[in-house]
Amino acid sequence: MGKRLSGSTFDLINTALLLLIAVLTLFPLYYVLCVSFTSSEQYLKGGLLLFPRDFTVEHYQYLFSTPMFPRAIRVSAFLAVFGTALGLAVTAALAYALSRKRLLGRKTLLILILFTTLFQPGMIPNYLLVRELGLINSTWSLILPMVSSGWNIFLMKSFYDSIPESLEEAAVIDGSNDLHIWWRIVLPLSLPALATFGLFFAVAYWNVFFNAILYINDFTKWPLQVVLRQILIDSNTSAGGGAMQEAGQVVSPQSRKMAAVIIATVPIMLVYPFLQRHFAKGVMVGSVKG
Amino acid sequence: MYRKRQLGHYVHLVARDRFLYMLALPGLLFFALFKYVPMWGLVIAFQDYSPYLGIRNSDWVGLDHFIRFFGSDDFYLLLRNTLAISSLNLLLFFPAPIVIAIMLNEARRQLFKRIVQTVIYFPHFLSWVIIAGISFIMLGQADGVVNAILNRLGFESVGFLTTPEMFWPMLIVQNIWKDAGWGTVIFLAALSGIDPTLYEAARMDGASRLRTIWHITLPGIRNVIVVLFILKLGEIMDVGFEQVFLMGNVAVSSVADIFDTYVYRNGVLNGEFSYTASVGMFKSIVGMIMVITANKLAKWLGQDGLY
Repeated sequence: MGKRLSGSTFDLINTALLLLIAVLTLFPLYYVLCVSFTSSEQYLKGGLLLFPRDFTVEHYQYLFSTPMFPRAIRVSAFLAVFGTALGLAVTAALAYALSRKRLLGRKTLLILILFTTLFQPGMIPNYLLVRELGLINSTWSLILPMVSSGWNIFLMKSFYDSIPESLEEAAVIDGSNDLHIWWRIVLPLSLPALATFGLFFAVAYWNVFFNAILYINDFTKWPLQVVLRQILIDSNTSAGGGAMQEAGQVVSPQSRKMAAVIIATVPIMLVYPFLQRHFAKGVMVGSVKG
Repeated sequence: MYRKRQLGHYVHLVARDRFLYMLALPGLLFFALFKYVPMWGLVIAFQDYSPYLGIRNSDWVGLDHFIRFFGSDDFYLLLRNTLAISSLNLLLFFPAPIVIAIMLNEARRQLFKRIVQTVIYFPHFLSWVIIAGISFIMLGQADGVVNAILNRLGFESVGFLTTPEMFWPMLIVQNIWKDAGWGTVIFLAALSGIDPTLYEAARMDGASRLRTIWHITLPGIRNVIVVLFILKLGEIMDVGFEQVFLMGNVAVSSVADIFDTYVYRNGVLNGEFSYTASVGMFKSIVGMIMVITANKLAKWLGQDGLY
């Protein structure tokens, strides 16, 4: 191992390197923030911006004054709330049923769900299905395909597996049926786990991008990520040029683009502390395997 | 008689658990409609599917689309790009979370460790569109931050986003920024399982910290590293599609075309549904074989695979 490092030298170098990693992680975000608060005239003067050169919120005001941007935020917020609620309900219910060992056909169903994680038919069959269902240009095309997944079922099932069946037996003797038991006993017990899953669902729905590229041609129904992409790339070279022209803009100045990036980041930042509290406990370690 | 009794028994079981089946029903319908119907839809890979005729009335062409695809130059280009990006990820991205996890594990102050973790996990949750936006301003040629720094140091500007040679490394850098921190979670879990008395003994023997890492920490998580590496090897056909789609541009198209971008362009945009369905099917089948083999291998090494 070459030269011997004394313990304190090691600690010093290790701390410094970790600090450097943290700074390299934060710096791009900080820089984007600075640019977003800098006027275009100042930005065009060039050079590095280690703090906003002149503090202005004009780019944020502009974005919120267009019809496009607030509308996209509403679409994404709707997806994040409604999609999460639906996804949680459907996934938790199926996972719970599959966690009860007495269920006839349980093994077969689990194998069938496992197979969906192994073999994905790909973009074209999915696209044709959504088209056949008449969901092109419908917000449902962004919600329904993400309602559940094999991984989510198995993660949630492994949580329910830890709830002993004996807990239900008492309730069964009381004459409660499975729906009551699920609603009155199992769901309250699983609230912390559901909260974690809910946050992951919400982030996934907020970040929906490619499904919207595939399924939504009507730019008034675009979620935020698609509009953000239109703002970021040269609008006149893209298919969405018309959409930004509606907002009276062909090419956005850099500062405005960065303001849009910040707006899309803020909601993630707001739920992040809650997310982190849960996965720090190791609840979600299994999800990292995937 | 026996069969009738058995059937009656099944009916009884289903009737008893009818509420459980009610709970399962919406989810099962979801899997049937959004996971299994598309699998059946793959039959169009063996047809000349026309949306007007539908699957029932379209002509069957056997393996024509597959033969066309394997005979085209496109196939080799897509395979090269996919394997190159995956291999670079395995080589350069994969070790990053291991190194960072070990560094975090060595950090003495718990508060400092927690703060660094909080910071480096965060980018994992950002969308690829946001990452693309950040990349444009960090790496752009005209006003990018990195080029501004290079200029100040007396170097020429580099077209990080528009030079074909730069494209693959740029993807790896993005991956590291986004996911190296998050990737530490599983290694930290493995590190916490190492017997603390081993460290105690090493300290008594006067072993240096680097020596302790080499002889205790690394062997302690070697199994996890090997298994995760094998499992990642199994996902070699999966390249970050949204990432490549967003970062690709005319200047780098020869190195930025992967199976999914090819399918999107020729299938969804140009309507060659049958041909691109066969391309997608090829990728899915190879992917599935790779994942199953990787899991077998991981299990053979005495570890839990994913399945």
